[in-house]
Amino acid sequence: MSKNAGSATATAPKPKLAIYWAASCGGCEISILGIDTKILDVAAAFELVLCPCIMDGKVRDIEKLDDGAIAVCLFNGSIRNSEQEYMAQLLRRKSKVLVAFGSCAHEGCIPGLANLHDREEIFTNSYQETASTENPNKVWPQTATQVPEGTLHLPVFYDTVKTLDQTVAVDYYLPGCPPESPRIWEAIQAILSGQLPPAGSVIGSDTTVCDECGRKRNVKKIREFKRTWEIIPDPEICLLEQGLLCCGLATRAGCGALCPQVNSPCIGCYGPNNDVQDYGARFMSALASVIDSDNPKEIDQIIRDGIPDPVGSFYRFCLAGSLLRRGKRSAGNGQGATKQHQHVS
Amino acid sequence: MTETNFEPKIVGFLCNWCSYRAADLAGSARIAHAPNVRIIRVMCSGRVDPTFVLKALSLGADGVMIAGCHPGECHYVEQNYKAMRRYHLLKHTLLAMGVEPDRVRLVWASAAEGQQLAEAVDSLVADVKKLGPLGWSQNWEENGERLQALEHIINEHAEAMEVHS
Repeated sequence: MSKNAGSATATAPKPKLAIYWAASCGGCEISILGIDTKILDVAAAFELVLCPCIMDGKVRDIEKLDDGAIAVCLFNGSIRNSEQEYMAQLLRRKSKVLVAFGSCAHEGCIPGLANLHDREEIFTNSYQETASTENPNKVWPQTATQVPEGTLHLPVFYDTVKTLDQTVAVDYYLPGCPPESPRIWEAIQAILSGQLPPAGSVIGSDTTVCDECGRKRNVKKIREFKRTWEIIPDPEICLLEQGLLCCGLATRAGCGALCPQVNSPCIGCYGPNNDVQDYGARFMSALASVIDSDNPKEIDQIIRDGIPDPVGSFYRFCLAGSLLRRGKRSAGNGQGATKQHQHVS
Repeated sequence: MTETNFEPKIVGFLCNWCSYRAADLAGSARIAHAPNVRIIRVMCSGRVDPTFVLKALSLGADGVMIAGCHPGECHYVEQNYKAMRRYHLLKHTLLAMGVEPDRVRLVWASAAEGQQLAEAVDSLVADVKKLGPLGWSQNWEENGERLQALEHIINEHAEAMEVHS
């Protein structure tokens, strides 16, 4: 515990910090703990009031706080059900500064890829169709249960995963899946010192992964895209030049080009750079410049053969936060949401 | 809106040097075509970022037309080839997301081809009419029980608070 922070606590109550997770994997919390012994400085500077991943805490204690009582809330995870939406609304109300922490809260991340389907399809797969499932009575999760004391409710599973800022107003964004620990520490320092960028901005770099990548770049002319399992790439040369779909040129810097360093293409977890509305569109736009063909049939062939999963390749981390947000509903154009499923056990 | 009176909204990105002039020519030559296309003049088809197309579709367009100079005739030498490659990438992605390929079309029209541009507009409008409205933002509509579910949480938490306070 640093001396300065320690002496400050004797005179004034420490500002409150909340760390919450919604639809997420817990990797963001691990990355926070990855700031190592500096976590003690965080503990010295803040009173941690909520972080379900690493400590006990009760939602009702948060509900009892005055509005704006929490100085900073680092919110990771996307919004997939009503409980998560409630927590987003609650923490928004109780927090002065709400940070969309990590790719899920920022742009939907991997949970957002479920937006290629809706609840009906996801439940049918999970509770009926998977090879390890036997469910002859078609028992599906219900949101209401009758007990002698009354009706109890479980959260409603949404058709569409939403980002945090599609749900509540967000003050800052910290990108990455997960945000790298040094970037987290930089952000915490910025918050502690009050030297924050204008509200609404991403706390981070505004260059691309290519700028952090040490590989040699020559001329990008691609006639055939390769999947990662098809080649062992040259460790010195730009991966995109070797035909691998490396997302570095469309992706915000901040990770130190970790994946290209170990011969693996960037998959875009740090998301779009400043002023880019749609990450996938930016990546497609850049990629169009490196495909080495002027013949429409040939171009089509190169794309079809080399990019069998365009949404997974261009929108792996950002489908929920993209302009289209999701795939078309199975109900058909303009048919809106599916009805609550009526299966009963 | 029934199918019989469905008039598609189509956004057209036309390049300054060829296809916008083709549209001008169609006008001054009194060539009639469907009035569904809202034309936006861009300096080159190579200026059309896929973002423009996605934004149009997400904001309610039923279809998009991108029009430029014929391959080999670009005012900026080769930018329409870039448009072509972007278009193929975009179409591949849109198909995977469930947008019918006929809704987004790349058209080449020189400044002399008012007639061809008018025909391309008519054909796109006819195809999109067959497909019906896109209504993309309705895909985002949430399950009807969302607001109720949020209320249940608040009520149940309030009850729990009463017991413990």
